[in-house]
Amino acid sequence: MSGDRRLTWYRQMVEIRLFEDKVQELFMQGRIEGTTHLCQGQEAVSVGAVSALRDDDYLTITYRGHGHALARGMSMTAAFGELMGLTSGCCRGVGGSMHLTDFSRGLIGAFAIVGAGLPVAVGAAMSSKLRGSDAAALTFFGDGATNIGTFHEALNMASVWKAPVVFVIENNLYGEYSPVRDTTPVDDLADRAKAHGMPGVVVDGQDIGAVHQAVSEALARGRAGDGPTLIEAKTYRYRGHSRTDPAKYRKPGELEQWRERDPITLLGAELAAAGLLDEAAQKALHDEVQQQVDDAADEAAQAPVITLEEVEDYVYAH
Amino acid sequence: MSTRTEGAVAEPEAGTVELSYREAINAALADELASDPTTLLMGEDVATAGGVFKTNEGLSDTFGTDRIRNTPICENGFMGVALGMAVTGLRPIVEIMFSDFLPTAADAIVNELPKFRFMSGGQCEVPVTVRAIGGGTGRFGTQHSATGESWYMGLPGLKVATAGTPGSAYSVLRAAIRSNDPVIFFEHKGLYGRKGPVVRGDGGISPLGDAAVLREGSDVTIVATLLMLDRALAAAEQLAGDGIDAEVVELRWLRPFDVDSVQASLAKTKRLLIAEEQVHVAGWGASLISELTLRGWRWDNAPHVVSLPDHLLIPYSPSLEDALIPSAERIAAEARAAVGK
Repeated sequence: MSGDRRLTWYRQMVEIRLFEDKVQELFMQGRIEGTTHLCQGQEAVSVGAVSALRDDDYLTITYRGHGHALARGMSMTAAFGELMGLTSGCCRGVGGSMHLTDFSRGLIGAFAIVGAGLPVAVGAAMSSKLRGSDAAALTFFGDGATNIGTFHEALNMASVWKAPVVFVIENNLYGEYSPVRDTTPVDDLADRAKAHGMPGVVVDGQDIGAVHQAVSEALARGRAGDGPTLIEAKTYRYRGHSRTDPAKYRKPGELEQWRERDPITLLGAELAAAGLLDEAAQKALHDEVQQQVDDAADEAAQAPVITLEEVEDYVYAH
Repeated sequence: MSTRTEGAVAEPEAGTVELSYREAINAALADELASDPTTLLMGEDVATAGGVFKTNEGLSDTFGTDRIRNTPICENGFMGVALGMAVTGLRPIVEIMFSDFLPTAADAIVNELPKFRFMSGGQCEVPVTVRAIGGGTGRFGTQHSATGESWYMGLPGLKVATAGTPGSAYSVLRAAIRSNDPVIFFEHKGLYGRKGPVVRGDGGISPLGDAAVLREGSDVTIVATLLMLDRALAAAEQLAGDGIDAEVVELRWLRPFDVDSVQASLAKTKRLLIAEEQVHVAGWGASLISELTLRGWRWDNAPHVVSLPDHLLIPYSPSLEDALIPSAERIAAEARAAVGK
């Protein structure tokens, strides 16, 4: 693993963390409306997995997808603009927080329906295979999605067809407000791979290097024609399910315990120990990113709202 | 994409040919698959035995099983797969073995296909054609006999089409496949053996959205789809013997909804009869009356409707199924009532 790569990862994770903190702040100020689903704590999964993709690979993400989109290279301005409902947004403000989409980066869909993105990723992977490309697809989804039909339907089809697709479960221990142990009868969700004839891999979702390696191996397997892989990244979300959820269902001390294994802190310690980025440099980087975040939010806010006439063109392609 | 199309398909015959409704579907699929290498057909048993209604016979031999692809039994899942294919350069055609199975894929049909382009801010096109095989008279019982034609007509972003003759099956299906938007195309399994003229070739592709006047007349306008269209044409023959001149309009597209053509016909006949193999509530017939009324159409003669009863479901018993699904005789009788003869 090159030092350069880890430095990039570190910066990307800090960008996602501070972006999400800013989103929360903008909500409190009423500058972003509706709902949002933040991913502080899960940054290593987004960055570790997405950094294993090639530019021509496909990606489907979920309503908790700000981190995935930023990891895939979406600009903060395009992401903020989308959350603000303005033309500076990646979907010109039509999609909103739950639908950060960018076809120019192979980010072909962000789904607000649990489980809906999995078959779409299988379709993209099959499309790639049928067109003679070795581009693969990766789909992120939460622990809760492993109980919905499309999860099993998608894994089954991908396995039967040997589709080059990587299924990444972000197991953050809660499906909306419910602990996974109350809704799901297996400890390791990756065990469900066995029922669909593919490898199931459990990975420490706070360890970005481990995530990256597991996803890289799965992508190589898919490209080689050996079919899909199910990866379960065990992680944690620091915030509640959505904006209005104070997460009072957590066990006392649980959040604090997970914060001790914060993915940014862990990689920061590794970089400091390796002499690549000491604490002072990390602090400077945080300050720099904070400025970048604030500037992006201000820039995004300058754009106008799309007109209803323009929006009409998006209903049908004709 | 790996295909075996070279030399495998005979040049589509141009001009008018006599085909069964089943052969017309097969010809439309073959001609589109031959003309566009990004098209493919997928669904349950579509390759095996050519589909349960044999509409795809020979296609897997010609185009290979990559492009004529059997799926597991999971409608919502493979509808999502089709979406993923459509936004990455392919043009999938999905067969739903019975229209009654469409609700199994309701998330894909209601939330994904019609909304995908919109939510992305116009970044993509979603050229998916869903062929749904529906309708009664087959003695398939309560869960295999719905036409389903009106279930999804209230969804902006989706297009909905039907075909009641071999000619419209060919021309409308090809137009649906060429659309860059998602289309649900409804077929009727009671019509597969029905023969009729088909204008084969690119010249036979009808304009998307247009209704068609299949028989001209001046006394009453009968608007129908699918099997009811076939029976409306038979009813018009019977009426002609009584000196009643019926105009028969096939509502080939339910979204977009061609009210103009119906209104133009009504301007001539002043009398409307709707024939539908579904309950009247919340269907295209009710919407048609509503649209005409909203346009200020003056109902000097109240519209007439022949439909399935609102208080019953389709039973298995053959004689009961036959009694419920409107016959040509019932349509003719209602037309006489509309005309006052």
